This record gives sequence, structure tokens and C-alpha cells, in this order.
Amino acid sequence: MLLESRLVDGVRQLAVSGDWVAAAAPDLAAAVATCELGGERALLDGGGLGALDLTGAWFLRRLEARLAEAGLASAWHLAPPEALTFTATLYRTAPSDGAPVRPLPSLPAGDRPLDLLGRWTVSRGSQAHDALEFLGRIYYVIGGALLRPARLRAKSVVRHVFETGLQAVPIVALIAFLISVIVAYIGAQELRQFGGDVFVVDLVTVSVLRELGVLLTAIIVAGRSGSAFAAEIGVMRLNEEVDALRAIGLNVVEVLVLPRILGLMIALPLLTVLADAMGLAGGAVLSWLLLDIPFNQFLARMQDAMAPTTFWAGLLKAPVFAFVIAMVGTFRGIQVRDSSRELGRLTTVAVVESIFLVLFVDAVFAVAYWEFDF
Amino acid sequence: MAAAGSLPLSVRVRGLVNRFGTQVVHDNLDMDVMPGEVFGIVGGSGSGKSVLLRTILGLQRPKAGIVEIGGRDLTTLHGAELRAVKHGYGVTFQHGALFSALTVAQNIQLPILETCTLPEDVLDGLADLKVRLVGLPPEAGAKFPAQLSGGMIKRAALARALALDPPLLFLDEPTAGLDPIAAAAFDELLLFLQRTLRLTVVMVTHDLDTIYRTCNRIGVIVDRRMICGTLEQIERNDHPWIQEYFHGARGRSGRRQ
Repeated sequence: MLLESRLVDGVRQLAVSGDWVAAAAPDLAAAVATCELGGERALLDGGGLGALDLTGAWFLRRLEARLAEAGLASAWHLAPPEALTFTATLYRTAPSDGAPVRPLPSLPAGDRPLDLLGRWTVSRGSQAHDALEFLGRIYYVIGGALLRPARLRAKSVVRHVFETGLQAVPIVALIAFLISVIVAYIGAQELRQFGGDVFVVDLVTVSVLRELGVLLTAIIVAGRSGSAFAAEIGVMRLNEEVDALRAIGLNVVEVLVLPRILGLMIALPLLTVLADAMGLAGGAVLSWLLLDIPFNQFLARMQDAMAPTTFWAGLLKAPVFAFVIAMVGTFRGIQVRDSSRELGRLTTVAVVESIFLVLFVDAVFAVAYWEFDF
Repeated sequence: MAAAGSLPLSVRVRGLVNRFGTQVVHDNLDMDVMPGEVFGIVGGSGSGKSVLLRTILGLQRPKAGIVEIGGRDLTTLHGAELRAVKHGYGVTFQHGALFSALTVAQNIQLPILETCTLPEDVLDGLADLKVRLVGLPPEAGAKFPAQLSGGMIKRAALARALALDPPLLFLDEPTAGLDPIAAAAFDELLLFLQRTLRLTVVMVTHDLDTIYRTCNRIGVIVDRRMICGTLEQIERNDHPWIQEYFHGARGRSGRRQ
């Protein structure tokens, strides 16, 4: 029993007892909130009080505040506990009324649809502005680097080719192989109805070389390396490493962004060639196992199915995808500010946006190829 | 968490050995912290102050030896028991280590919410109390760590360490990176809290001014062991590193106080 309330001759007698400490906070909160009030004045008695820490003292203050609210003048039977006197001094120095600290600052604008639309438009506009500025700085640095190739930082580029390219070989190879097997398998089931089994070869060849090889590779790389770029640069921002680079007089785009973009623009086409090869291999293996098409026949049929441009139509897209992925990843990384939550949010944004942009650019390519009959 | 004043928590380390690969950091180190004192841990860079603190906090298991907080050996505890001991002390880290995604008030409320559920207004009030306790303006509670100055971060970290009113406080370089005036103000705040709340404080520090102002006893880590004693005893110790530390070029400024 922490708090006993009795009414004696119009005097509300409150006996405080037990340990009023942080560990008992839920009980204290309940005791203070449900305590019976009423009477002409209140007399508090801390005689039975065990331990009292600051949390306990805060609850005693709250009890006094409740009494005051109910219009009861309160006094302590003997002297008030020391910790309570001390706690009171904390509130005396600051003239504010001790209003509870709001955990989150509330936004000044309203939340009517028009407000939301306005804020959304402004934020999108400034984002687009920032992205455009970033793109401009990249081109500016590339332009400078063309005049002075030393600024390309070959060592750093090689590191990124290794990390984004070579280390992605197993996963890219595996996924390209499996997807092509799936395409060939489903294709074979459909085409068999028309007796056109052999067209599975055409299906696999064209879809893997023109689309699937490069697109799947780009999406895997966006997930693997786009997120890595954003997180790496984001942590560097949180540690003020980016500021340190600037203070040393280095260009952040030149040191952090360009090597990643160049590295990925080298790595992604190479990975695409690998994905193409593994995809065709997957198609060949399935055709042999399921359709009894031997390898040499598969190869001959494949060469018939290929136009001269088929392979290049896919590969041409790889550096563009690489540029988009690396740019979005580094851009979002540099935007990280102040908190770990921002880092997580922007890393997610980097991956989502780069996958979206890759698909968008792919659609643009499809239309352009159609128009130019490529 | 033990009630303040009921079971006085203190730290007792015996025969501590910490080794990383072939590098021996601590070899048979002993350390005692009496209840109610301010104990300073001193040592050169790389002498293993941080490792010692991490070991005492139970963040790292030693190769050998015992580490007791309030009479309970951390090296043998697991799970809920270890958590209970951890609720009995507060810690501040060198760079504050405030959670950057939370406001100061939410940072203070986090340890409280970890132990119990309380109504929103009570949580806000308790956070406000701790903000005032460490001498921050009440409106600082709504701010994010990135909006605070270095001195305010140290104070906010102290507020979070005091969230559960622990009887024992560990401070890692509490005044490092502060200007002398802010550092002196922090020393005074610490002494004031230590006296008023009857805290036991263990701090790792390089700041001689802080040592002379606040510490009752200090422990110097030299040669992978600790030499403990009052300031006068340590100053008279003839170990060359200790002599250099207290009587070297930068030592005198602290002594003049």
C-alpha cells in the first residue's frame, strides 16, 4: 500500500508509505491517479516512507498538484521529504509552468487535401531541383576528368568494379540460369500444343538477349549495390566524413560519386554478358532434357533466331541502367542527414527508385528500338 | 532496479584478464569502487580504459576474473538476471550515443518504457523532470540530438542515464570535447547530482581538472593492472607514467586548482 487516504473531520489525511522509486512507477501512477480527494484541506504524512528517488518525488508533486486542482491546501505533517524539496527547486528556476514536453514538434501547416497537395508539390519540386543539380555536378566533374584523367581515380573505380561486379557473379549467374529455365519450360508447354517445340529456342534467345539478361542483372545490382552506395555514403555523412572531404578541398562528386558510377558502368555490362551466357545455357539444358534438342541443334537454331542486333540491343542498355542505379544510390546517400532513421529511409528509397527508373528507361528503350527498327 | 539507498551498489573487479589474440590488455587487474564515491579511471591511450568499462558494463566477457556490481558477478549472469543488474546502473558514452531518430524526451523515456508501461502524460512529465535535472531548458526535450550542441548532448546523455534513477553511474569521458567553462559546469552538475541523489559514479576521463574537482579516488591503469588510491596517494606513486601524468607539462595546470 503506497498511499492511504482518509477523511477525518474534514481534513483529508494522506499517508504515504513504502518505496516510492522508479521501479514502482506503474503502481505509483495508479495510486496517485485513483487517490480519493475531497475535504477542506489536506495533510500529507511521509512517516511510513521507505526509499524515495526522483521518480517517486515527481509522483508526490503530482499528488500535490491534484490536491491543488481540487482546491485543497496541502501541508506536510512533518517536514516534506528531502527529495521532494529538491525536485521542487528544479521547477522553480525555470519560469515556465512545467507543461509536459511534447515528444514531437507538430507541423505548422494543416492537413487538408490542399495543404497536403501543396506540401507534396513543393517537396517534389525541390527534390527534382536537387536531383538535376546533382546530375549537373556529375557532368561537370566528368567533363573535368576528361581533360585530366588522373581525376578519374582508377584505384577506386577498380574497387567498385570488384565489389559490384565480380562479387555479384554467383547470384547473377544463378538467377539468369533459373529464369531462363523457367521461361523455356513454360514456353515449351505452350508451344508443344502447336507442335512448335523448336521455337522454344527462339523464345529463350530473343527474350534473354534483348530483355531478361540485362533487366534481371540491373534489378539484382540495384538491390545489391544501389543500397550499398546509399548506405555507405549515408554513414559517411552521419560521421561527418563527407564534411571532412569537403574541408580538405576534395570534390565529393569526384571522390565518392564518379568512381561508383564508372565502376558500375563497367561492371554491369560485363555482368549482362555473363547473364546472357548463363540464360542461353539454361535454355539449352532444358531444351536438351525436356525437348530432346541436342546442343549443336540448339546452337544452329539460336543463330537463325538472332538478328545481328539482338545481342547489342540488350547490352546497349546496361551502361545506362548502371548510370541510373549508381546515380540514384549516391544521390540518396548524400541526402542522409542527422539520424539513423533517415539512413534507412533513404537506402530504401534508393533501391525502390532505381528499380523503378530502370524499368522506366527500359520502356523508353523498347519504344525507341521499335521506332528505329533496331 | 534496487531502491536508492537500500542495497548500495558498488563495483568489485578481481583478477580480470582481457586478451585479444596475442595482445594482453588487462592482466590480473583489481578494482574497487565504494558506495557513494566518485571514482576516476585514468590511463594512457590504448591502456584499456574503454575495454575495462565495457567489461564492467557486461558488454564484453573477460577471459578470466570476476566483475561484481552490487555483489553480483556479471560474468556468470545471463538473460533476465543480467538485465536486472543493467537496470541498476546508468551509462553515458563518449559521444553521447543518443538515439538519433528519437527526440531527447523519447531518448529518456526509452529505458523507462523498457521496464514498465506508463500513461503518456506521466512519461512526458518524467522526461521533463530529467531534462530539468541535468540543467537543460525544458524545450530541449522536443529536440532531436542533431539539433543539440556538444555540451547539451552530454547533458541529454546524462539525463537518459538517470532515467531510471539508478544508484550507480558510469561516465565515459564526460567532459571530453567541451570548452573549459562547459566542462567545469558539467563537473559542478555531476557533483551536485552525486551529492543530492547519493550516486556512486565511475568515470573514465583524461581531464585533470575534472579529476581534481570531482574524484574521491582514482585508479590508474599501468602495465595492464590498476593502481588505486586517493589523489594524494597516487600523486606520490613513483611509477614513471603516473609521475609524467600528474607532474608533466600539462599536469600542473590541474594541480593549481
